[in-house]
Amino acid sequence: MAAAIARLAILALVAAIVLVPLLATAIGGFKDIGELRTHPFSLPSHWLWSNYWGMLTGHFYWRVLVNSLVIALLTVALTLIVSSLAAFAFAHLHFFGMRYLLNYLLLGLLFPAATAILPLFIKVRDLGLLNTYWGVILPQVAFGLGMSILLLRNAFKQLPHELLDAALVDGCGYFRYFFYVTLPLSRPIMSTVGIIIFVASWNNFLLPLIILNSESRYPWPLGLMVFQGQYSTAWQLVLAFITLTILPAIAMFLLAQRHVVAGLTAGAVKG
Amino acid sequence: MANGIGLIGRAGPQGRGALLTALIMLPPALAVFTLFVVLPIGEAAWYSVFNWDGFGIPTRFLGLTNYISVLGNTTFTSAVIHNFLIIGVSLALQLPLALGMALLLSRNRIGTVTFRLIFFMPYILADVAAGLIWRFVFDGDYGLVSGISKLLGGGPVYLLADPHLAFSAVLVVVVWKYFGFYMMLYIAGMQSIDRGLYEAAEIDGASALQRFRHITIPQLGPMIRLSIFFSIVGSLQFFDMIVPLTGGGPLNSTHTMVSFLYYFGITRMRVGFGSAIGVILFVVCVTFAFGYRRLFMRHD
Repeated sequence: MAAAIARLAILALVAAIVLVPLLATAIGGFKDIGELRTHPFSLPSHWLWSNYWGMLTGHFYWRVLVNSLVIALLTVALTLIVSSLAAFAFAHLHFFGMRYLLNYLLLGLLFPAATAILPLFIKVRDLGLLNTYWGVILPQVAFGLGMSILLLRNAFKQLPHELLDAALVDGCGYFRYFFYVTLPLSRPIMSTVGIIIFVASWNNFLLPLIILNSESRYPWPLGLMVFQGQYSTAWQLVLAFITLTILPAIAMFLLAQRHVVAGLTAGAVKG
Repeated sequence: MANGIGLIGRAGPQGRGALLTALIMLPPALAVFTLFVVLPIGEAAWYSVFNWDGFGIPTRFLGLTNYISVLGNTTFTSAVIHNFLIIGVSLALQLPLALGMALLLSRNRIGTVTFRLIFFMPYILADVAAGLIWRFVFDGDYGLVSGISKLLGGGPVYLLADPHLAFSAVLVVVVWKYFGFYMMLYIAGMQSIDRGLYEAAEIDGASALQRFRHITIPQLGPMIRLSIFFSIVGSLQFFDMIVPLTGGGPLNSTHTMVSFLYYFGITRMRVGFGSAIGVILFVVCVTFAFGYRRLFMRHD
């Protein structure tokens, strides 16, 4: 009994440390600046909806969210297409040199994008993609390929061997097999990979920071920094804006918690 | 039986189909990867021996001068120390905390799922958002830390403005943000341990501590080695959170290797200098990744 209480007490303490900054942020967005200064911990004396309402009816908030969404969806789609094709070849075709090619693609797992960020900037600039969505999307796809191919190849290999042999004997080509058998049977792993890539793109900061230079194309993490720079003395507005920008991620997390947690941890373990 | 057929193996429609398939399926991945990952890394090594502002062709050859000035820069050496501090805190505080919470939450009891969700939540936030939230928490005029200090009768605390304390504040946020992820890894690992082991140990009279030490820890070994790997790799490339929290300041006292690369190489368009930092980071990461895998993860 005492042990159970101690356990709950420890958990509650840690949970409080995790939650208090988040709650203070959300609640701070309902205060005015004077109250924020004098009563950091209490609930607002009257709830000031105008901070939030101003952003929700404004243009900037929706703009950065849509930018993030477009970049993330295109990154996911392109990564899934390119990596599932390659993973299929690596899982089922055995030509001389395939192992080397696979290891070549897996090299990307060994170092972060930051190491090559300056030449990457120059490459994107020389391709004329600076300040475009594609300038962010293509490098994101490239750096996500290693893990995606690894996860997908391992999953493709686990599908029963006999299926492919039978299909080939019956005159079904590799491509039809890929589209009609492999892909439909691989939905769970495809969604796992999709979640990992989506979250990474949604939260990415360094790459868009370097590639994009007009605010109309900024994804939300950059928008958040711009907003903070503009209203650095008005914490109540910054807090409201933070709350609104993390809301989609938290909502998605709570709605699809099982998939998100399983996806993000499984990706780490199997990758 | 092999599915795809070797070039010299069985020829025939399937063989040719397989070759054609490979020739269609592989190039997109190889092209994107080569263009945006491999070439830039190679170019970083090339640019790093020049003094170049990024326009035209690099001509002012410097040899290893950029490397010498990076390694001799005191802000860079302090940034490296900061990266090691993050590693230290991750290994000494974050992973044990994660393990402790995993132990409390590995079996399904009342409230378990809720606590797991709460602890995991900071992990899904972008570093930028987490950093800005904590910039507020640490803010001397409006923040919660100052608020607590005032409640206790002290004055306001300007943690992030103090060069001696600012990085400790960053370390707190690192633990806050990431321990939940490692906790989830450990819980997943614990749930795949055979319960029979615990039952047998209990029958033999092993205490809870003995069961933890002789069953849980060894069975969790692969997951622990993996979590150490991730937290070191993550620590080496730590950047996003620095920008909203401190921007590397005050007085350049809170840089990491990547934030040094950003503020001293990229924003000033010193391509050669910045590339040299990138190459150093690359060598550190690859050496670590290979070495660690060879030494500790050979059997996992």
